[in-house]
Amino acid sequence: MTDKKEWPLWEVFIRSQHGLAHRHVGSLHAPDAEMAIMNARDVYTRRNEGVSIWVVRASDIAASSPSEKGPLFEPANSKVYRHPTFYEIPEELGHM
Amino acid sequence: MYAQMVKTGVDHIQSKEEMSPEERAFQERVDADIKIEPKEWMPEAYRKTLVRQISQHAHSEIIGMQPEGNWITRAPTLERKAILLAKVQDEAGHGLYLYCAAETLGVTRDELMEQLNSGKAKYSSIFNYPTLTWADIGAIGWLVDGAAIMNQVPLQRCSYGPYSRAMIRICKEESFHQRQGYDIMMKLASGTPEQKQMAQDALNRWWWPSLMMFGPSDADSVHSAQSMRWKIKINSNDELRQKFVDQTVPQAEYLGLTVPDPDLTWNAERGHYDFGKIDWDEFYQVINGNGPCNRQRLRTRVKAYEEGRWVRDAADAYAAKKAARAKAQAA
Repeated sequence: MTDKKEWPLWEVFIRSQHGLAHRHVGSLHAPDAEMAIMNARDVYTRRNEGVSIWVVRASDIAASSPSEKGPLFEPANSKVYRHPTFYEIPEELGHM
Repeated sequence: MYAQMVKTGVDHIQSKEEMSPEERAFQERVDADIKIEPKEWMPEAYRKTLVRQISQHAHSEIIGMQPEGNWITRAPTLERKAILLAKVQDEAGHGLYLYCAAETLGVTRDELMEQLNSGKAKYSSIFNYPTLTWADIGAIGWLVDGAAIMNQVPLQRCSYGPYSRAMIRICKEESFHQRQGYDIMMKLASGTPEQKQMAQDALNRWWWPSLMMFGPSDADSVHSAQSMRWKIKINSNDELRQKFVDQTVPQAEYLGLTVPDPDLTWNAERGHYDFGKIDWDEFYQVINGNGPCNRQRLRTRVKAYEEGRWVRDAADAYAAKKAARAKAQAA
C-alpha cells in the first residue's frame, strides 16, 4: 500500500424527479468533480434514482454544531402562531 | 452475519448510576429512538464498536463479490450474465455505502482498505466457501442473501444515523438478490434430473454455512447485550437463525429439495422448526483463516488492488493536469 494521498470526500445530492429538490444521498471519494459525478452515477443511481447529480467537496460544507442545537433552534419553539393551526376559524366559513 | 462476533470492549453492562452524565444522556436518547449523528457526543466504546461492525460489514460486501464473480464469464445465458453482473455491482455499491458510514466515525478509507488487504480485518465466514457450480449462484442469492436480509432489515432502525441510512438503501436492493437466487433454484429444480441434483448439491453445501452466518449463540454474551442496549444490534443470533430456518424450509419444500438436516422437524408446540447441531468447530476454523478459500480471497483482493493502481494514478494525474490548466487560465 504505497498510495499516500487519499482522494477527497464528496457529498452527493440527487434530484430524483423533475420539480423536486436535490437531496443528500451519501458520499464517495474521487480525485476531481468530474470523476465524482461519474462515480456518483454508478454508486447512487443504478436504478434510475436520478435526473440530476450535484457533488460538493465535503470539506466545503459548513454545518451547524450539534452541541448548539438547543440555542440555535430555540427561537422557533415559542412561535406557535407561525402555524396555521394556531388560529381558530369558525366552521361555517368552510375551508380556509 | 456479515459482521460476526463484534467485540464492544466492555466487561459488563453499566447501570444508570455508573454512567457519567454524558453517557446517561446518550443512553436516554438511544432509548427514546433518537438517532445519533456523526458529530454528536458518543461513548468511545460505541464509536469503536460501530467502526468494527460497519467496516466488517463493508469488507464482507467487497469480498462477497468474489464467489459470485467466479461465474460471470460462465453464466448459462446472456440474461443471467447481465443479472449476475448487476448483482455483483450492487455488492460493490453496498460496500461503498458502508465504508462512507464508517468514515463518519473518524477512520479513513485508506485505513479500512489497509486493514482488509493486510488480512487484519475480518469479513463474514460465508465468503470463504467455493462456488463449484452454477447452482451455487442460486444458493447464495437464496440462502446467503436471505440470511443477510434477516439481519439487515432490523438494522434499518439502528441508533446510528449513517448506518441506518446505508441499511435502508441496501435493503431496497437486497430483495432483488434473494429473488434472483431463488429464480435460479426454481429453474434448476424443475429441470432435468441432473439439474435438480445440482440444485440439491448446492443446498447441501450452503445450508450449514448459511446457518453459521448468524454466529454462535450469544444468549450469554456481554458484547451482544451491550450492542443491543446501544441499538446497533436488534435481535439475538439464535432469534434470527430460527427466523431464517422457519422462513427457508417451506421454500426448500416448494423446490422439492431436501434440507440436509436429519433432525429438522416442525415443533407444533413451539411453532418453530427444531434443527440439528451446528458444527461450530468448522465456523471457528473458517473465521480463523483456515476455511477452504481464505487465502485465495485475500490474494485476489490484493491483486485487484495492485492491478488497479494505474487507474488510480491516471485519475490523479488527470485531476492534477486539469487543476493546473484551470489555474493557468485564471492567472
